Amino acid sequence: MSGGVDSSVAAALLKEQGYDVIGMMLRLWSEPGKEDSNRCCTPDSMAQARRVAAKLEIPFYVIDAKNVFRETVVQYFLDGYARGETPNPCLICNRQIRWTFLLDHALALSADYMATGHYVRKQTVEGQHQLLRAVDRSKDQSYVLHVLAQEKLAKALFPIGDYPKTEIRAIAERYGLPTASRKDSQDLCFLAGEDYRSFLQRNAAEMLQPGQILRRDGQAVGMHNGLANYTIGQRKGLGLASPVPLYVLGKNSVTNTLIVGTQEELGSHELITRDVNWISGEAPKEPFRAEVKIRYTAKEAEALVTPMEGDQVRVRFDAPQRDITAGQAAVFFQGDVLIGGGIIL
Amino acid sequence: MVYLDYSATTPVDLRVVNAMTPYFSASFGNPSSVHRYGQVAEAAVDSARETVASILNCRPDEIIFTSCGSESDNLAIRGAAYAMREKTGAKWILTSRAEHPAVTKTLLHLEKYEGFLVEWLDVDEYGMTTPEAVSKAICDNTAVVSVMYANNEIGTINPIKEIAEICRANNILFHSDAVQAAAYLPLDVQALGVDMMSLGAHKFYGPKGVGALYVRKGTPLVSHLTGGGQEFSLRAGTQNVPYIVGFAEALQLTNEERDQRVTHVRPLRDQIIGTVLEAIPDSRLTGHMDSRLPHHASFAFKDVDGNLLLTLLDAAGFACSSGSACKTGNPEPSEVMNAIGLSRDWGLGSLRVTLGVQTTPADVNSFLHILPELVERARKLK
Repeated sequence: MSGGVDSSVAAALLKEQGYDVIGMMLRLWSEPGKEDSNRCCTPDSMAQARRVAAKLEIPFYVIDAKNVFRETVVQYFLDGYARGETPNPCLICNRQIRWTFLLDHALALSADYMATGHYVRKQTVEGQHQLLRAVDRSKDQSYVLHVLAQEKLAKALFPIGDYPKTEIRAIAERYGLPTASRKDSQDLCFLAGEDYRSFLQRNAAEMLQPGQILRRDGQAVGMHNGLANYTIGQRKGLGLASPVPLYVLGKNSVTNTLIVGTQEELGSHELITRDVNWISGEAPKEPFRAEVKIRYTAKEAEALVTPMEGDQVRVRFDAPQRDITAGQAAVFFQGDVLIGGGIIL
Repeated sequence: MVYLDYSATTPVDLRVVNAMTPYFSASFGNPSSVHRYGQVAEAAVDSARETVASILNCRPDEIIFTSCGSESDNLAIRGAAYAMREKTGAKWILTSRAEHPAVTKTLLHLEKYEGFLVEWLDVDEYGMTTPEAVSKAICDNTAVVSVMYANNEIGTINPIKEIAEICRANNILFHSDAVQAAAYLPLDVQALGVDMMSLGAHKFYGPKGVGALYVRKGTPLVSHLTGGGQEFSLRAGTQNVPYIVGFAEALQLTNEERDQRVTHVRPLRDQIIGTVLEAIPDSRLTGHMDSRLPHHASFAFKDVDGNLLLTLLDAAGFACSSGSACKTGNPEPSEVMNAIGLSRDWGLGSLRVTLGVQTTPADVNSFLHILPELVERARKLK
């Protein structure tokens, strides 16, 4: 539970369906001096979650996860930028914190399932668990859950995914629960509503070393002020004088150089992913067609997905894609079903 | 659910509820009123005061009713500190490192905002404050000494009589927070030798929201809540008649039934202590083994998150508490855990189990049956 409308309604729906529900909240992060400003687990949101639990007449516990969160999620975030990637820490949080650490605690409390307020659906067909996009496509959060293995899905419940957002709000009103939701989860919860650059400045300043900006042919065109300050596809703020607009194409963390190029150079037909997770638990033997999202907010693009050696997958798009960013996840869908996903190299 | 947190609070005895009820709507007068409604209410408060005084072996006008034990602590410490400073210029206050926050926070406040100086006496590994430590620390400039009768977190009973003797010999005021002690220990203030003593009803089957402070005649005290002159001009505010009646009734029953209650809980406590220390590896008893509240068992478990253990216990149906728990999930070992010298990996894993009149042997057995497994689970989740 977070105190927000989605998890509150999830709890209410499960209680309605006859489950014995226990509410749990994680204390994830607090930067000393900024305890009240992280988006997720402030004392206020905790009090809110507690009120919701009291209204629903379910027990409520807070679990301290600060150390493991810092060591896995925040560290992953910092390491990703150090490698010149744009990491998505929510993926690690879901896998390591929510669906390992928290799930272990839930099971220790003798729970049979753990439920969240994610907009996503689970379906079990002949013993195989499937992850499906939410009925309300505009709210679908299946992207961040592509990391789940069968054994975790077996313990999962996602009551919200079957409803459109408007109905969730109506249910919340019916129960007298808070109806405001958090701002849509693109800003990272531990960034306290500020820019990630200030966070890096405070926590890993050594990462922000100036270096050269190069074209693909090696021609130097300027200086950058720290690779982590730039995102793939970025045009503004490069400080370059050029007759044609230049875009960030990539980063080389070894040489600490930023690679820029024209719009034509920006798109690519192909990407490779590592650390692939297949929801079914097994890599498909043959290449297959899928709709692929390269970012949480990206529109799906048609592609051919080819499983390769080890944990890697090649994705070849029908049309060139801009902003393919190392560190983000590429997630493969067939219709509503999420097949799998991996981290873009 | 099995309730094993009687040191946190107790259910109100039905006899106490019955004694209180007439004063809500039937005899609802303000004790300060001249008319008969007031007279009836005042009589009830007076009668309650007499009852409490007789149990404490003091005069009725030495009993001040307050809203709770914490308020009594505040009134005693602040009131005596201001009064003594005015009288003799004394500005040192002596207390132990193992007191209840109602005492320590008040002292920190007096230090920060009022220019008093506080000396914190070390306690031994059992949390006990020795008369020797008090003796060494006392000086001409000491205004008040405050040492609790029995500790809420670890159950240790302090040598109040001996400490009181030292204070008396040196003409220093001695206050004791007896909030935790009142449910099971004798409260004769002449035998104890205290100048002031705090009590709170909800620890002995009375309601929350009422407490009392014993103030020995002649003790200089500056009032805290000023206003209409109630409680001998020491504590303003229209008296909470039904609750004061409840306080007295609960204390009366406690006094009458003390021996039975002790006989009931002590063997159950001993069973818990014995079994836990034997069955659970890396466990220790906190607090003194013998000079200990008869209903109180407290432990430290190495490498256990105390907050998590309470969660597991609650989910399993047992209500306990911990010195290191925190509802916002931000646990730190308590001051008392630090004061008795526990390292962090022990101090974070404290568990307090306190029994009451309704605790049955079956409750204790089922608790002891499941606790080792839950400690194990908490350790695995670390």
